[in-house]
Amino acid sequence: MAAPVINKPNGAAATQSLTLGKALNLGLRTAMEADPKVIVMGEDVGKLGGVFRITDGLQKDFGEHRVLDTPLSESGIIGTAVGLAVRGFRPVCEIQFDGFIFPGFDQIVSQVAKLHARTLGRVKVPLVIRVPFGGGIGAVEHHSESPESYFAHTAGLKVVACSNAVDAYWMIQQAIQSDDPVLFFEPKRYYHSGFMKAEVDTTATPDPLFASRLVRAGSTATVVAYGPSVKVALDAATAAEEEGRSLEVIDLRSLSPLDLQPVFESVRRTGRLVVVSEAPSEASLTSEIAARVQQECFYSLEAPVLRVTGFDTPYPPAKLEEEFLPDLDRVLDAVDRSLAW
Amino acid sequence: MSSPEQWTHPEPREGPAATAAAPSAEQVIAGLRATSEGGPELVQLLTPEGERVENPEFDRYVADVTAEDLRSLYRDMVLVRRADREANALQRQGQLGIWVPLLGQEAAQIGAGRALRDTDMVFPSYREHGVAWCRGISPKEILGIFRGTDHGSWDSNAKRFHPYTIVIGNQVLNAAGYAMGQRFEGKVGDGDSEATMVFFGDGATSQGDVHEGFVWAAVYDAPLVFFCQNNQWAISEPTERQSRLPLYQRARGYGFPGIRVDGNDVLATLAVSRWALDECRHGNGPVLIEAFTYRMDAHTTTDDPTRYRHSDELEAWKLKDPIERVRVNLVRHEHADQDFFDSVQADADALAADMREFCFNMPEPPVEQMFNHVYAEASPFVDAQRDEYLAYHANFAGGEH
Repeated sequence: MAAPVINKPNGAAATQSLTLGKALNLGLRTAMEADPKVIVMGEDVGKLGGVFRITDGLQKDFGEHRVLDTPLSESGIIGTAVGLAVRGFRPVCEIQFDGFIFPGFDQIVSQVAKLHARTLGRVKVPLVIRVPFGGGIGAVEHHSESPESYFAHTAGLKVVACSNAVDAYWMIQQAIQSDDPVLFFEPKRYYHSGFMKAEVDTTATPDPLFASRLVRAGSTATVVAYGPSVKVALDAATAAEEEGRSLEVIDLRSLSPLDLQPVFESVRRTGRLVVVSEAPSEASLTSEIAARVQQECFYSLEAPVLRVTGFDTPYPPAKLEEEFLPDLDRVLDAVDRSLAW
Repeated sequence: MSSPEQWTHPEPREGPAATAAAPSAEQVIAGLRATSEGGPELVQLLTPEGERVENPEFDRYVADVTAEDLRSLYRDMVLVRRADREANALQRQGQLGIWVPLLGQEAAQIGAGRALRDTDMVFPSYREHGVAWCRGISPKEILGIFRGTDHGSWDSNAKRFHPYTIVIGNQVLNAAGYAMGQRFEGKVGDGDSEATMVFFGDGATSQGDVHEGFVWAAVYDAPLVFFCQNNQWAISEPTERQSRLPLYQRARGYGFPGIRVDGNDVLATLAVSRWALDECRHGNGPVLIEAFTYRMDAHTTTDDPTRYRHSDELEAWKLKDPIERVRVNLVRHEHADQDFFDSVQADADALAADMREFCFNMPEPPVEQMFNHVYAEASPFVDAQRDEYLAYHANFAGGEH
């Protein structure tokens, strides 16, 4: 099936000031207008507009057969989306919270990821699984996790994470257009925050979906982050500047495939790399980045690749989450350690 | 309108609900189903002795079956059994890594398979070689899975027969989604509509995905026939380990009809499957069919049933053989002579010989096959891994490994 061309919404102002959450909503709306086969499904995504209101108003405008309030069953959401995709639909599934994706894990790794390879390319599974992820919202257990490495580890899946409103608007549409299944991670703590609000130009030409982006140039050390950690990295770079240190910050955006060429080029210039992620460190995306950078940039490295991550513990109760989450000080501390090597 | 009580123990009545009550789309969407379903606990039209027994509820669904049709069903069953035995032998001779026998389940699969239309969609488990046959898929196309050359070589879109699903129960949700899509596209509502049939076993009924499939298909009024082949054994575990309740009765808890059919009776399975598909086409789906049958061979060629079941159970089921009862019926009514049976046997042997020849000559899969279809679109990482490995591989060309 041919992927539709992204529509430029008519009538709307070309540039709108949007939060990350509103940008996602507009991106979903634009994709649904462009292709009647795009359907949204998940728990409470209809009348309520999702617990985070990301799908607000979509059921009202597109109807109950295109915005499905589903039974409370994550395996059901993913498993039926597979069948709908086989039928020719392009389902966009919402998993309510990161920690609730695991009942759907079997369908994701056994069917979503493998059907295309199993059929030697005859069956495509063009679905998107949206996952609000990460911590910092003072929630109870299972509401603050970062499970992206499980999916990056799984062949057949593509995994992306947006960090700001402009990317949110474009990346969700590009993920829907992709003929591959895409796990789409959204930094829930910035959905409605002014921090990641941006002027979104809906007539602009977006960057490719599966590409990382240099978001701040620098020369002292390279900091790589994705999702909610991009803001932490940028804040660290601002603080470091006051101390005369120039940090280069790269937003990975795509977690599988990883687009590390810009990282390699950066590290060859700076000689130092700090990787930031809320996920635990063991056998993770940050491990993968460290491994590949040492392989590609061995002679350029002035210090070992250092990681600032969540700890290898279950996500703690909310009163401890600020200790668990990478923050500006821990990133600067890692930069100090790298420079002191 | 029927009460929920009727969904599992209905009264005989005139005509299928689908045509008799002709509910409007709105009624159906509101869940106002008018369903009728059949007869005593076990629907049977052909006894193990080959006697045709009347069934006021389901006779009409096979009223058009001529002697020639019955001969054709017989031929289907003989051929798929012969193919199954050939594949089993090929495994024993080291030509296949493993085989999943269907022995004993020929009637359940041919009866269901021949009730389907080309426009219907099928989601199999991994033992549905007989259903595959009905979808126009040669047994040869299945061998690669078990020889280890591919994961299934048929075109599942063209044949409307999804790839075999090995994780128990996964396909039930996939089928529910597909059937939801049929409904969303407006392909439900009259006799020309589409339906989906999904196959799973008694063991799968314990899986969460099957429960969820029941829920989803029910709340979205999906045109889906759940076809459970209860072959009494999930590897070594009897059905009693999966359920207190007869499996077909579970349907009531989900709000749709459930029915148990003699899965060794090809005519009854054909009739019940046609009824169920008809209900689905008219918007009265989903429907659960429990085909009561028996796994006459092992779970797979790696299994040893002598460790967990008595041979007298097997002997008792031999007397209910699905093929023999049709043969007896054909002979008794002089609808087939020895020439017919000989010609079917000859066709079966030719099919087996063709499979054998094909199996011996199957090429090794090219190394790049595993890299080439991981993604629909480009993946630089996997592409680089492939290129690197092929270059490494080329170092050995013509030399010793």
